[in-house]
Amino acid sequence: MIKYISRRLLMLIPVLIGVSILAFSLIHLVPGDPARSILGEKATKDQLEALQEELGLNDPYYVQYGRFLGDILQGNLGESIQSKESIGVELIQKLPATIELAVFAMLVAVIVGVIAGVIAAVKQYSWFDNMSMTAALFGVSMPIFWLGLMMIWLFSVTFDILPPSGRLTAGVELHTITNFYLIDSILTGNWLAFKDSLSHILMPGLALATIPMAIIARMTRSSMLEVMRQDYIRTANAKGLKKTIIIFQHALKNASLPVLTVIGLQFGLLLGGAVLTETIFSWPGIGRYVYLAVLGRDYPVVQSTILIIAIIFVLVNLITDILYKYLDPRIKFE
Amino acid sequence: MKKRYLFMLLAVVAMIISACSDSTGSTADDGDEKGGKKTLVFGRGADSIQLDPSKVTDGESIYVTNQIYDTLVRYEEENTEVKAALATDWDVSDDGLVWTFQLRDDVKFHDGTDFAADDVVFNFERWTTSAEFVYYGYMFGASEEDMGGIIEKVEATGDYEVQITLSEPNAPFLQTLAMPPFGIASPEAVEEHGDDYFKNPVGTGPFIFKEWVADDSITVTKNEDYFGEVAKVDEVIFRVIPDNGARFMELQAGTIDLMTGLNPQDISTAEGDDALQIIRRPSMNVAYMAMNTDKEGPLSDKRVRQAINMAVNKEELIALYEGIGKEAKNPIPPSLWGYNDDIEAYPFDVEKAKALLAEAGYADGFDITLNTFSNPRPYMPQPKVTAQAIAEMLKAVNINVEIIESDWDTHLTLTENGEHDMAFLGWTGDNGDPDNFMYVLLDKDNATVGSAGNIAFYKSDKLHDLLKAAQVEMDQDKRTELYLEAQEVIHEDAPWLPIAHTTPPLAASSSIADYIPHPTGSEPFNLLDMKE
Repeated sequence: MIKYISRRLLMLIPVLIGVSILAFSLIHLVPGDPARSILGEKATKDQLEALQEELGLNDPYYVQYGRFLGDILQGNLGESIQSKESIGVELIQKLPATIELAVFAMLVAVIVGVIAGVIAAVKQYSWFDNMSMTAALFGVSMPIFWLGLMMIWLFSVTFDILPPSGRLTAGVELHTITNFYLIDSILTGNWLAFKDSLSHILMPGLALATIPMAIIARMTRSSMLEVMRQDYIRTANAKGLKKTIIIFQHALKNASLPVLTVIGLQFGLLLGGAVLTETIFSWPGIGRYVYLAVLGRDYPVVQSTILIIAIIFVLVNLITDILYKYLDPRIKFE
Repeated sequence: MKKRYLFMLLAVVAMIISACSDSTGSTADDGDEKGGKKTLVFGRGADSIQLDPSKVTDGESIYVTNQIYDTLVRYEEENTEVKAALATDWDVSDDGLVWTFQLRDDVKFHDGTDFAADDVVFNFERWTTSAEFVYYGYMFGASEEDMGGIIEKVEATGDYEVQITLSEPNAPFLQTLAMPPFGIASPEAVEEHGDDYFKNPVGTGPFIFKEWVADDSITVTKNEDYFGEVAKVDEVIFRVIPDNGARFMELQAGTIDLMTGLNPQDISTAEGDDALQIIRRPSMNVAYMAMNTDKEGPLSDKRVRQAINMAVNKEELIALYEGIGKEAKNPIPPSLWGYNDDIEAYPFDVEKAKALLAEAGYADGFDITLNTFSNPRPYMPQPKVTAQAIAEMLKAVNINVEIIESDWDTHLTLTENGEHDMAFLGWTGDNGDPDNFMYVLLDKDNATVGSAGNIAFYKSDKLHDLLKAAQVEMDQDKRTELYLEAQEVIHEDAPWLPIAHTTPPLAASSSIADYIPHPTGSEPFNLLDMKE
């Protein structure tokens, strides 16, 4: 097991080098000049050149990339061109917001998706099955930014029951410990802040949950259907076991392997999907951070943030793979 | 297995809790009034870059620094004429070289230090210490060799008197000093914060800087001791909401009170909503199609350029601006003093255009290229479609237009080098002086291949004499006369097809009163009020 994990971690290295090259080239391919974006339209050629020199933008690409890689290897994520702050510090400030949102969305997606999938499978071709699977089809195809805007329009503008953006209403006090607002408010027993941050996370959380929820529901259904046709389920039925025990104890555990794969992959994708969701709902996480950085051509921020997201993605998938063994002891790590 | 049930139970409980707060977690009242405090929440698409106005040129930074800083002189609320601010009075020597300013003696910086003549000297000296002070270099012609540019020296000639000596007369000087980049900063704060000063701005303006949460919000609070009109709102929060649609919905939901960057389709929605209003900012820009008069061929003939002006139906072009454009007939926008409204725009008249072309020997028309850029600009939201529309219109007079589209930087290089026949471009004014449009964009001094601002390469001695005279004439009325005449010369020679001036719309809650957007792009919010 330890051997397997360390091998997987070693494999991270080529993956991350690939990601860093990709992130570096993508942002440098986008037309636009960071110096121009800082100094504006009216800057003279001299001023632009001076700033480009200062930012090291005049060096050949391989020198710039080498510098980026060298810094990363020393654990230095660099400095934002725009705010001049350390990117590491800014990420630490913003990461909890994104993780809180992603975990919330994943919980919603898993709970609703798995339950809906199980019911749909058990009652195949029932009205519930047809309806939930149609809804899931919509869910998968729905663009997040459109869904987000519609939710704001419905819940904030029309019914006025949920705040349209942010993490906490201005003026609500919260003593932060972990920077996960829901957890912090519980830890400090601050129920006002808990309710407030819950009402803030609900819309972006649901918007972000839509796609994984739909995929999980469909995956659970098909996987359950397959398992339910197995001989041992028929045996269990013949033994006269309670239906709920058969479904949850015998069937779901075996059906959950492909579902877990999807959950692992989707969780990584959530971090990417957060770029759109956080932009629409002004959620102060790394998605919005990277979006604004792309607009401002803040090369170091874009490169380093993409790298961090990639690391999280790979780690989440590693954890998923390890969980396989728990669910299916037949799986051996080689 | 019990664990699994426990987990599901927890999940259900969690969902019930969230469902409950769903209906009670209303935050509708978090808008304007909190504990009797008037808070203006301003929504915009991007954050400020720096809060040191002398180092930035982006509108989002200036929006905020306009609240915090004062300049020696400032613009009138509705136009670009200049009035007193930190300086109460000024005069200029007969040779136009020495400007003497009398300063207010009752002003304190937000950090409690007194404002006096030495502080003005400090700021001017600071601006000459580095190329980072972008606008100083740009407006006063500073370079690496000569960091001061046209400003030779700045001296305190009394506790509250400053004398600025120029190396050459510069009539727009006062206009330039009113620009936000020349806001006076507290020397003590500059020295105390060093490289971090841009995050800790201290000025004398109507609002005091309070907090900046990067990418999220900037808060400023009312300066009770402001020497001008004390602000009517207690606090202004500048919030970053990147998506235009989401920002507009926040306005509808009442969580913000004022916003920039509307999607065109939201303008009519706001106009039809009693709770909202649309406020238009007067234009400070111009979009035009320059015709390269330097190239051999049809465009060197004035009659051809006039004919092109007549063959284009501007009304149709303006429709492409989706409600934010006004037809242009002059190179300067109507909000500037010196705008010549007596000039009659060339009529849309295809027959007359054909006749003029025939007279010039082009009855059968000709082939020509039109350079345009790929990304929208503030003065031209749809460059490519606009180019296609013009090409279509010119077909009617047998002019066959080939459109060449390139990215912005390439477009600038191509046009500065004069490689084009016709080309789109635009200009946003800096100091609200007609010189800043006409001299920069149409004088023969700026028609040098390789660095041309005058991309029509229009070289009129008559215009040059008028513009040069206006640069050294210190009497405002006489300058106005000169610019009125200059616009007539330009109109007659038609080096451009003037297309449009844009009036960027802002959307506001209908509770916002007395808000006067300034043509320069932003303004202090001290006059603005919020009704109950």
